[in-house]
Amino acid sequence: MAIDITQFHETFFEESFEGLDIMESGLLNLDIGAADNDTVNAIFRAAHSIKGGSATFGFSEVAEFTHGMETLLDEMRDGSRDVTQESVDTLLQSVDCLREMLGASRDKTPIDLERAEALKKELEKILSSDNNSIKSPSENDESNNTASVSESSGCDGWEIKFKPYHDMLRTGNDPVRMFRELAELGDLSVEIDISQLPALEDLDPEESYLSWKLTLKADVEKEKVKEIFEWVEDECDIEFNELSAATDKADNTANVMANATTAPPQTTDNSKKTAAPKKTATSTDSASIRVSIDKVDALINMVGELVITQSMIGQLDCDLDEFDNNRMEKLRDGLTLLERNTRELQESVMRIRMLPISFAFNRFPRMVHDLCQKLNKKIELKTTGEQTELDKTVMEKIGDPLVHLVRNSIDHGIEMPEERIAADKPETGIIELNAFHKGGNIIIEIKDDGAGFNKERIKAKAVERGLISSDEQLSDEKIYDLLFQPGFSTAEQLSDISGRGVGMDVVRRNIRELGGNIDVSSEMGKGTTFTIRLPLTLAILDGQLVCVGSEIYITPLVSIVESLQIKKEFVNNIAGQTELYKVRDDYIPIVRMHNIFGIDAEQKNLEGGLLVIVEGDGKKAGLLVDDLLGQQQVVIKSLETNYKRVDGVSGATILGDGTVALILDVDGLIELSRNPPTSGNTSTNQVREVA
Amino acid sequence: MASILAVDDSASMRQMVSFALKNAGHNVVEAVDGVDGLKAAKANKVNLVITDVNMPNMDGIALIKELRNLPDYKFTPILMLTTESAPHKKQEGKEAGATGWIVKPFDPDQLLATINKVLG
Amino acid sequence: MSAAQQIDSNTSVDVMTDTDQYLTFILAGEEYGVDILRVQEIKGWDNVTPIPNTPDYIKGVINLRGTIVPIVDLRHKFSLDAIPYGATTVVIVLKVSSEDGNRTMGIVVDAVSDVYNVAAEEMKPPPDFGTISIDYVKGLATVEDKMVIVLEIDKLLNSGVLDTSDSLLQ
Repeated sequence: MAIDITQFHETFFEESFEGLDIMESGLLNLDIGAADNDTVNAIFRAAHSIKGGSATFGFSEVAEFTHGMETLLDEMRDGSRDVTQESVDTLLQSVDCLREMLGASRDKTPIDLERAEALKKELEKILSSDNNSIKSPSENDESNNTASVSESSGCDGWEIKFKPYHDMLRTGNDPVRMFRELAELGDLSVEIDISQLPALEDLDPEESYLSWKLTLKADVEKEKVKEIFEWVEDECDIEFNELSAATDKADNTANVMANATTAPPQTTDNSKKTAAPKKTATSTDSASIRVSIDKVDALINMVGELVITQSMIGQLDCDLDEFDNNRMEKLRDGLTLLERNTRELQESVMRIRMLPISFAFNRFPRMVHDLCQKLNKKIELKTTGEQTELDKTVMEKIGDPLVHLVRNSIDHGIEMPEERIAADKPETGIIELNAFHKGGNIIIEIKDDGAGFNKERIKAKAVERGLISSDEQLSDEKIYDLLFQPGFSTAEQLSDISGRGVGMDVVRRNIRELGGNIDVSSEMGKGTTFTIRLPLTLAILDGQLVCVGSEIYITPLVSIVESLQIKKEFVNNIAGQTELYKVRDDYIPIVRMHNIFGIDAEQKNLEGGLLVIVEGDGKKAGLLVDDLLGQQQVVIKSLETNYKRVDGVSGATILGDGTVALILDVDGLIELSRNPPTSGNTSTNQVREVA
Repeated sequence: MASILAVDDSASMRQMVSFALKNAGHNVVEAVDGVDGLKAAKANKVNLVITDVNMPNMDGIALIKELRNLPDYKFTPILMLTTESAPHKKQEGKEAGATGWIVKPFDPDQLLATINKVLG
Repeated sequence: MSAAQQIDSNTSVDVMTDTDQYLTFILAGEEYGVDILRVQEIKGWDNVTPIPNTPDYIKGVINLRGTIVPIVDLRHKFSLDAIPYGATTVVIVLKVSSEDGNRTMGIVVDAVSDVYNVAAEEMKPPPDFGTISIDYVKGLATVEDKMVIVLEIDKLLNSGVLDTSDSLLQ
């Protein structure tokens, strides 16, 4: 009737990873020498839970490894060992190792036992200093049955003299229970001694006055018999005498500590190094999400209100011939209410997918700590707005870009302590991570008070790479824009920490893919601030409706730079094919939407036409449209669910009148305009029919 | 068929214990720490309490002491779940009034066997 | 030759083995049939949003209760003359299966006809039409003295979607 306990594994892993986070942040916050006992306790408990759980669920290597950590933490919490930098560092490393081990156990990949061994030795070293010996993990996977020392073979049975102390019953122990257990072992006869029983009026029913002599005829070892009384050993007088044995053996068989001398983990067969599975410490792209019950309740309320509004409108018997102004009024009210309900419902639902950004910020204290040690810098990390919420998927995808930016700040931004002092700055640099909501978006700032960007150096590097000419005048904005070019790096040496500057273009691309933006502002000597703007959700888009022929398209607002009316004199023609439009200092290619999409254009010549300047992946283009309609939030619907990917189109949406409008993919459009599709396949020349 | 209170701050342990007991036909009430456990014990009349030792807010030992102070729970069997077979913890528990203990790790069958013995 | 059993929509379905039900529709005077189990719903013709750079027979997409569904014009696909859409023009929404899952797609037809039972043995293999690829035709059936061209829906509708280089003729 074995229960399959693998069904609890996922919960175990989830809570263990959370426990590791608690341990890590606890360890990072410990003041060496003045450790807060509550924190140490919390760290201990987390380790203790992981050890218990891993042993219970069969992850023995994990259990064994955690045991060492637990022992050390136990000594720290009861004061018998000081909290030292060495122990904290070793514990932090152990947390990392444990994370890997748990991940491997969960993913069923091989565990890196070498690393675990090495750290265990470290822990042992610490534990054995000051003559504190490591307690051998006594109960690896022993159950209650202590290994019984087989004494003599075969015996006739036992005589047990059992006298509970008067308050033994107070621990909920019932002698009858124990007798029953004894009876299972063999033939049991019981003799009761009631000599201590007082008169009825003096009798306290909660006390025990009785004692027994039990005779068990069974060929069992003493241990087995003792075991039954294990719980009450200290609350009774008990004597075990072997039947037909001359004298009672004093029970000096101490509970055998089944100390398998720490069976060295099978280094022989498991010594293969793990092929370092993806080191996703915190961000696991899981397909589930934890939602606070408040959000679910709010949602249920919204739906409730919606139902009420709907029935309200439904009640307005809308027979046309009976429709009057009064009903019209009520209908209008109902619709207003409906609009509010749906809006609130929409917000409520979106919030379900939102999690506080602390999940993304969590990895940084550790990262800053470790990198500081590595680089010998002093940096303090400050975070604000950790409770600011954003969409789970957006958060998972913004993780890597954030890491890159923070690493940059640490590596290239904050100066070495000596430099800072020389520059009249505090020795400890500050990196700030701020998150807040602003106008339907979430803003994330990565701020440092470091060296700032050297504009001249950037320009020089760009000239060197042939990105710009040496005499070009560039605005600050343009200069910083160069940072995001592929392969760009002004670092004197390429450190292995932030790589070869391949990051920034990828960072910007990732952010753009999420529908967001990144900006830089910097002051040499003072510091740098990166500002990331992200939409709150991936399912909704702020769009600008444009008209091309008889078709309506949606252009993502975040891609639009500006819109203007074309003036003939700014139009330039290249080789009779490409048309460029001059906007201030830039020449921007004109994309004739009608051509690409095969639509009948209303406006064939450019003069007076509307140009929507868009930006995609570093390139700008001007979309020629017939009209600009309103701006609105649209829900993104997939085209690929039932059809397939279409170049130049990133999705579709349903407009207020129920018709479908396509959402433009700016990058794709720019691409298409360079390589127009072969004709013959365009079918968009039809006029819409209505039934 | 008994009513059992299971107290443990580890969700996976709670789930496993709960599942095993329910599977055997018992009714289970769960609590996440000593404070929660005490509340649950007062709100539900249970025949048996199983509690972990190391928990935040109020640990198992303190919970046992509190339970023994409640008239309804003077003689109710209370079992401690402990990973430490070290004598002092068991001793502490007993002094607080625990009936007995179950050593972790245990499997569901062992748990049930022990429960059955105690419930009679 | 035995006629396929005729059933009007009120009668219960024949539970005889190897008999399938088909929904038939008219296209340029010819009657075609599709497996009724694949029919999700029948709609009147409505606004379609054209999609750029797609084969001519893909008219565009519609909004079907929040889902974007592509619409195929069978006249185009079968190289028949196009006609203006009228009051009886109908869209049959079908469940199409392919190796990467299921899709919902609609076909524009002139009018819907009826539902018929056709036993498997009544279905004759199709001759080479010339204008319609044999892959798209499951077989021919005779119903009430009429010829019904039973279509192979999955092949017919997937062909235009999964690969762009699509030829109407084999």
